[in-house]
Amino acid sequence: MEGMGENMRKIKSVSQLEGWREQILARLKESETTISVCGGTGCQAYGCQKVKKAFQKELSKGKINNKKITLKYTGCPGFCERGPLVTILPDNIFYQRVKVEDVPQILSETVHHGRKIDHLLFEDPDLHKKILFAQDIPFYRAQKRLLLSKNDLIDPTRIEDYIAIDGYQSLAKVLSRIQPEEIIEEIKASGLRGRGGAGYPTGKKWENCKQAPGDTKYIICNCDEGDPGAFMDRSLLEGNPHSILEGMLIGAYAIGAKQGFIYVRQEYPLAYQNAERAITQARRAGFLGKNILGSGFDFDVDTARGGGAFICGESTALIASIEGRVGEPRSKQVHTVSQGLWEKPTNINNVETWANVPLIVEKGSQWFSSIGTEKSKGTKIFSLVGKVKNTGLVEVPMGITLREIIFDIGGGPQNGKAIKAVQTGGPSGGCIPASLFDLPVDYDSLTRAGSMMGSGGMIVMDEGTCMVDVAKYFVHFLKEESCGKCLPCREGLKRMGEILDGITEGKGNGETLPLLEELANVVADASLCGLGKSAPNPILSGLKYFRPEFEDHVYRKRCPAAVCTPLIQYSISGTDCTGCGACKKACPAQAIEGERKQSHWILPELCTKCGSCRDVCKTQAVRVQ
Amino acid sequence: MNLRPVNSIIERYGGKRTALINILHDVQDQYSHLPKEALKTVAQKLRIDLPDIYGVATFYKSFSLIPKGKHSLTLCHGTACHVREGVKILREIKRRLNIEPGQTTGDGQISLNVVNCLGVCAIGPVMVLDGKFYGEMNALKARKMVEKILNGRDGGKYEKN
Amino acid sequence: MKIKTVRITIEGRPIEVEEGNTILQSAHLLGIHIPTMCYMEDLSPYGGCRICVVEIGNDGNGKTFLDASCTHVAREGMVVQTQSPRVIRARKMLAELLVASAPNVKIAQDIAVRMGLLKVRFPMEDHRCVLCGLCIRMCDEQMDGKALGFVGRGVDRRVSMPFETRAETCRLCRGCDYVCPGMIIPCQGVKVPGELCGKCFRPEDAPYCCPSGTFGCFCEQNPL
Repeated sequence: MEGMGENMRKIKSVSQLEGWREQILARLKESETTISVCGGTGCQAYGCQKVKKAFQKELSKGKINNKKITLKYTGCPGFCERGPLVTILPDNIFYQRVKVEDVPQILSETVHHGRKIDHLLFEDPDLHKKILFAQDIPFYRAQKRLLLSKNDLIDPTRIEDYIAIDGYQSLAKVLSRIQPEEIIEEIKASGLRGRGGAGYPTGKKWENCKQAPGDTKYIICNCDEGDPGAFMDRSLLEGNPHSILEGMLIGAYAIGAKQGFIYVRQEYPLAYQNAERAITQARRAGFLGKNILGSGFDFDVDTARGGGAFICGESTALIASIEGRVGEPRSKQVHTVSQGLWEKPTNINNVETWANVPLIVEKGSQWFSSIGTEKSKGTKIFSLVGKVKNTGLVEVPMGITLREIIFDIGGGPQNGKAIKAVQTGGPSGGCIPASLFDLPVDYDSLTRAGSMMGSGGMIVMDEGTCMVDVAKYFVHFLKEESCGKCLPCREGLKRMGEILDGITEGKGNGETLPLLEELANVVADASLCGLGKSAPNPILSGLKYFRPEFEDHVYRKRCPAAVCTPLIQYSISGTDCTGCGACKKACPAQAIEGERKQSHWILPELCTKCGSCRDVCKTQAVRVQ
Repeated sequence: MNLRPVNSIIERYGGKRTALINILHDVQDQYSHLPKEALKTVAQKLRIDLPDIYGVATFYKSFSLIPKGKHSLTLCHGTACHVREGVKILREIKRRLNIEPGQTTGDGQISLNVVNCLGVCAIGPVMVLDGKFYGEMNALKARKMVEKILNGRDGGKYEKN
Repeated sequence: MKIKTVRITIEGRPIEVEEGNTILQSAHLLGIHIPTMCYMEDLSPYGGCRICVVEIGNDGNGKTFLDASCTHVAREGMVVQTQSPRVIRARKMLAELLVASAPNVKIAQDIAVRMGLLKVRFPMEDHRCVLCGLCIRMCDEQMDGKALGFVGRGVDRRVSMPFETRAETCRLCRGCDYVCPGMIIPCQGVKVPGELCGKCFRPEDAPYCCPSGTFGCFCEQNPL
């Protein structure tokens, strides 16, 4: 198997681990330059595999002399929009949007002679300056990439890379000299709270599970990450799967569990593969199995796959899924830490929560709790996407403001349209208007404003986003993902969807908004699980901050953002049209007429409002209102 | 039908009930859908009641009880892709192929799926064609790629750059 | 042997019940009525219709929430309200949703009338199955048939037999018909006194989901 190395024998003690680590580090010293090509799913969509092959081909030609070069295919660092990403270490020179044609030049110029290639460097849009090093790029500079920085350094398919950056050292420390109760105290003292959205204190959760009666206990890593717009967990599990295993090992030791599961959603095939491979490697190395590092502690992990159901991110539905049943949640009157998988005490934590554990053990709870705010400690990874210039994963200390994230790191609006709101917390969250962008981001402040921090999805919306359409989108999403067990969620979401459809089609009247609010409140009150209970949030927060937009749709039959198709019309401005005919060719419905070099026009009865004409028009002559 | 692959898949996972969904994924990869006989075999070996396994096969959207098309087209309908007007792509593809998500075209060429977030949000709107990811899509580009398949050009290698 | 008990209050009335009793069971012991749909004594509680929701709190805490009384286990010190404004508002809306979905199912009308519902503000449909799941639990728990199950998800959820054919384990005991609220169809038949219309024996008049109707009825026209 790839990445196993020649000396893949079982590590039976802490000192053997140390010996292995020294061997690996010694071998690394022989390498003078490392070329890191990002292999995450995002960069793959941009063709990074071809770039890697190109590097392999050039390097195999053997023309580079006197330099030992290592080519690494790393995990996702989060700046997907600029992919393919190539970093040259040890200098940390950062190239973006690398093409296959650029590869020979990178080798001859940068690797060989240390010269930079301008057109591959990131350009600061405000200063119009080219930036050489990753850490100077505004997107990275304001971040505190405690977790994500590791993705840049390792090939996730090689356990040796993980060992080289002190991987499994925290486990060694724990197994050799710390008692389970002490670890729980340490995690409690760190203030770590669940990163999946609910923010329950992790140390307390572990303690509750440990104290629950019964000898058989389970721990689970939740990588169902269903919130649309969020991909932090994908990046962590894809890019550094061993760190998750290490966290789970420490947790299992503290709680007294012998079996763990990593639940990976079906839509993340690469994360699943990398997790499986890491488990196999860890078993071979002796980090999973019996008598780990000679301590007498046994633990093993299996992966469990999702089947395309958002509800399986909910802990009781996830457990049902692992048990081979449909993902139907059950009442949480008895928590999973008392009765979970197969009715046994089960501790479920999110991927990012597990990833923080080895870090806390390594650097101590005092260090960790010095980052962040009083009630929200440590860093949080956000997925900053939508109508913002720099999109990608952002790891920042808790307490940073929305404004800093969206403008300083995100670079502000894309396409020149003013930013109107940011949606946080996924379908359980809500929209926060631009006027509140000075709010700090932590577990409590956003909840007070009517949204929540959630798992980290942050979707930026501008004037071209219709807030009614956003509410409609989330309701339809939840309606499709509802398991269907309980009446309020199943029927209520359907009816809320009908009402919102009606509003976006101009069919509202004086009773519409009150009915919507009444229904939303009952769905929140009477639903069985979190999906139904939080389903009304996008609607209620939309009504709270953007009521005028809703009223425009209902009473004036207008969509100010020009999104809701029944309420808008496409037309071509006579003054801007050059008669080039590109729109006519692009139109799938033959809805555009006009002679060459003369103004074109759109036939409204045929227009499907697909936007192809606007996409190809070079003079912005297509108008939407 | 040849059920030997099913048995070897079950064995690979040790016949564990916790591996049911993993097993069903592998069975589906083998037969391009979940045939009734295969499901009955899995139910028997894992000691699951038939209504329960039928419930699982119909609950999870990744499973299909009917054979899928030659090409698989998945459109992402996550929030980020939606905000970047991904819905226009879906509308256009639905119109062009004349099918709803979850269905396959009459000639068996293309199966259309919609997924609520593929996790590559930064490069949205995202489309996956036969396992390959494409970012920054729009209705025009998507329609062109679909038409290439329908016009008989052998599916497979679609490059972005 | 001392039986462990808990003390709770429902509608201001205290009661001491055996540990493990649900709020619904405790209410019944007090003679307090809570409307239900998917609950049937001797079948496991399901908690799906949410009609039986009550408002639950602990004394002095102030924070309350709604939960289904058929599944919520009574715990020491619980304070339960079965008719609070929040409960009534929820139950009335649930009744409205139910009637909008299945107006010809008797129990939907019963609950709606009880809640004083006069108007349905949603477009009407005409489903005959209310997805209460009683047939499934009856078949599984009491009749040992294990022939029925839920299929699909969300709004597409329905009741069926595996692979849409009659399960081998189905003995046509008709326990499912017996418990189904949708099977109580107002009689539309008899117009002439003394005459039997025979409509109940015609599968095409039964709800679509009727397992006996869809998968094989053993009436005179169609003997086993």
